[in-house]
Amino acid sequence: MEMEKVIEVKQLSKRFGNFTAVDAITFDVYKGEIFGFLGANGAGKTTAMRMLSGLSVPSSGEAKVAGFDVYRQTELIKRHIGYMSQRFSLYEDLTVRENIRFYAGIYGMSDAFIRDKTASLLQQLHMEAEAGKLVKSLPLGWKQKLAFSVAIFHEPQIVFLDEPTGGVDPVTRREFWNLIYEAAASGITVFVTTHYMDEAEYCSRVSIMVDGRMDALGTPAELKKQFDAASMDEVFLRLARKAVRTAD
Amino acid sequence: MKQFLAFVRKEFYHIFRDRRTLFILLGMPVVQIILFGFALTNEVKNSKIAILDMAKDETAHTLIDQLNASRYFDIVEYLQSYDEVETAFRTGKVRMAVVLPAGFGRDLEHLHQAQVQLLADASDPNVANTLTNYAGSIVRDFQDGLLKGQQLPYRINAEVRMLYNPQLKGAYSFVPGVMAMVLMLVCTLMTAITIVREKEMGTMEIMLVSPLKPMLIIVAKAVPYLLLSAINISSILLLSVFVLDVPINGSLLLLVGESLLFTLTCLAFGLLISASTSSQQTAMFISLTGMFLPTVMLSGFMFPIENMPLPLQVISHAVPARWFYQIVRNVMIKGTGLETIWKETLILLGMMLLLTTLAVKKFKIRLA
Amino acid sequence: MFFKTIIMQSGNRRQLNNGHVSVADIVMTYGKPNAAVQALQGINFEVKPGELFGIIGPDGAGKTSLFRILTTLLLPTGGRAEVGGFDVVKDYQAIRNSVGYMPGRFSLYPDLTVAENLAFFATIFNTSISENYDLIKDIYLQIEPFRNRRAGQLSGGMKQKLALSCALIHRPSVLFLDEPTTGVDAVSRREFWEMLRRLKAQGITILVSTPYMDEAGLCERVALLQNGRMLGIDTPAGITASFGKLLLAVRNENMLPLLKLLKSFEEVEEAYPFGEYHHVVLKQGSEKDLRARLKAAGMEAEVITAVPGIEDCFMDLMKN
Repeated sequence: MEMEKVIEVKQLSKRFGNFTAVDAITFDVYKGEIFGFLGANGAGKTTAMRMLSGLSVPSSGEAKVAGFDVYRQTELIKRHIGYMSQRFSLYEDLTVRENIRFYAGIYGMSDAFIRDKTASLLQQLHMEAEAGKLVKSLPLGWKQKLAFSVAIFHEPQIVFLDEPTGGVDPVTRREFWNLIYEAAASGITVFVTTHYMDEAEYCSRVSIMVDGRMDALGTPAELKKQFDAASMDEVFLRLARKAVRTAD
Repeated sequence: MKQFLAFVRKEFYHIFRDRRTLFILLGMPVVQIILFGFALTNEVKNSKIAILDMAKDETAHTLIDQLNASRYFDIVEYLQSYDEVETAFRTGKVRMAVVLPAGFGRDLEHLHQAQVQLLADASDPNVANTLTNYAGSIVRDFQDGLLKGQQLPYRINAEVRMLYNPQLKGAYSFVPGVMAMVLMLVCTLMTAITIVREKEMGTMEIMLVSPLKPMLIIVAKAVPYLLLSAINISSILLLSVFVLDVPINGSLLLLVGESLLFTLTCLAFGLLISASTSSQQTAMFISLTGMFLPTVMLSGFMFPIENMPLPLQVISHAVPARWFYQIVRNVMIKGTGLETIWKETLILLGMMLLLTTLAVKKFKIRLA
Repeated sequence: MFFKTIIMQSGNRRQLNNGHVSVADIVMTYGKPNAAVQALQGINFEVKPGELFGIIGPDGAGKTSLFRILTTLLLPTGGRAEVGGFDVVKDYQAIRNSVGYMPGRFSLYPDLTVAENLAFFATIFNTSISENYDLIKDIYLQIEPFRNRRAGQLSGGMKQKLALSCALIHRPSVLFLDEPTTGVDAVSRREFWEMLRRLKAQGITILVSTPYMDEAGLCERVALLQNGRMLGIDTPAGITASFGKLLLAVRNENMLPLLKLLKSFEEVEEAYPFGEYHHVVLKQGSEKDLRARLKAAGMEAEVITAVPGIEDCFMDLMKN
């Protein structure tokens, strides 16, 4: 059975002056996959993610995200993806309900859809009682879960998660991954970066970037075999230690 | 002392490395002086006016000649009827029309009373006001000339004499104003931001967990801006004297000394704002509304204080720029000495000391 | 006069200040009484001179509040704390003279170069780079090639090294590092911990906080912090030894259905993903029982005994 590709990347590069931030990376991501995107600071992850989410024009190469071209159809890409980062996710001075309403509004969802979906989402997160509270009054773990739910509210084909679990306690971290699994099971492709190596094990496939190149790609089991390592941590260290450059 | 110098040097690095801000800080006085001097001046020269002479007698002619002879007015059009007055304004050809009704000379001779109508384009009220004042004074001069030699039981003399600035040169009033404004901007706004910026960057945390005393941080923050202000004071004065021909009639030393006093007051206010706020945005907003607007509105520079409603007159006492404006006018333009401005100087000195004390008190030795 | 006294103090610092830290019943409350947030709810611990002490906890646990109290930046709502024998409220000036502090986010001047930042911090602490160069040499040599680069243009790892150099430049007796490794990749994190171990060898007391459970093992002793409460305090080995329950690791090809199945068993107290395995805590029974139970449910899986880590302990302690 041929799996459906939602991201196709061929020889994609990004150069800033004579600095090659992303150096001809090639990979595919399939529908419903949890794709781990790892790399040391400065390896080019952020730049690559920006190109795939239509925020930055590649210098060369080809890429299609959700079937749309990253050069010409960035507006369509933005419409079909969700994005969540550790740094920016929700407005702290808006209530839970207002945040949901705002993001849903951005994507032009109908009022009826927003109403129904908001109700089911709050129920799913067990946050009905908190709907009218300001986001800043919520514990960090709740905020992260809410931010993720908001990022996939418009039912995107792909959701990009940039270090979504940084600083979260171990129990909430696992609850968060539970949400990721559920989203993947419902057909949303998850593209995630993390600094927690145990989380790399939870991914369907993992890629590791070193100095702008993609030096490894495969399931966690395949990578461990390939690099003769006991854990993903070891795989990562073995690859990242080779890195020459350190700039962000 | 080494700590202090290191801190001051660091402040200078911040200032010099932010080229754009530095450029604005040093370029602003020059731009403002030139802007006020040449573009925004409310001085009127060779304004185009129209005449509607329905009297066509000798007295009327004499008056028209006098208007034309003045360097304020330039008669560009002689109208034939009232209807044309409006057209002349609409097309923007003239800014004022002088209407001499029929029988102007005769009325004046027999009834000792005649009318002249001054119609001004009040879409720019300041200019309209100035123009009618000028024209009014020419008419009065003319009337005085006619009355000469005649003894009348009552004579109303509506004389307006322009003291110290007989030519009504705008520069005389705005140089002190611009000085107050620029010093206010550099000192209050920039210092208001400087401590808050360290709070925002997180460096204040490290400064606090160090042997530095709050007083040292505050003074070291103020020093670079005091020097910048000294540069600004000199460039404003040089421009005033050599470009705008505004003389410094009083003591230069006194003028510079008073300017530095005002600078210190502004610095203290900026530091107070900086010490009591936690974001650059708030600091900027407070210094703009709390300092800059009152400086422009309530110092007497734009609008005369005597004409303000009483509450505003009272508030204006708390605006340092009001006192500084009076000081500079006295020293620079009237050429008087300390004996006429000691009261203002003391008020500024008191404000400066009060604000400095408050700033040091408000400076928190801990977070939140 | 003032400067003279400081210099004298810095000369006598070692005798005056032994690097001992003690925290007794520290409470920190933010906000108004009616809507107060309790950031710290009665914290107690002691750090011995020269110890590498870790405070482990997620964001919002109260780590930063605790560090700010110890560095005299915040006044505690209740309780007492001493650093090097000095009270954090009364003797704040003495503490400020002799501790090093690296706040959670990058707190150097981005528009100053590497060398300028270091020189500035040396001067405000009344010392010079040359005086304590031996202490920072190891770390500084790595950023030396960029000494004329503005600090704002350094990479994350480099910034961190510069910040550590600046915090050490006055040879503090106690060093406070608030989440130095957050957002830093695995390789840089390792390097950083190696630097800390070398500093410890110089006799500096180090208090370091981190949200990464796997870093706990690198400390001599750790305190586990959650929602302003101390969950436990011991050596890493002591904490894992106190787990006291059987911990199993289970895996097969279909991890998600496996986890759901494990959670449905009533003898399973807890089942959660842990790297390539699921960790399972049993209420009763043995490894063998679970294997049989899985087989009965028609699920083939590898079941082995696992050694509990700090993260397992943390999650277990969080429940109580």
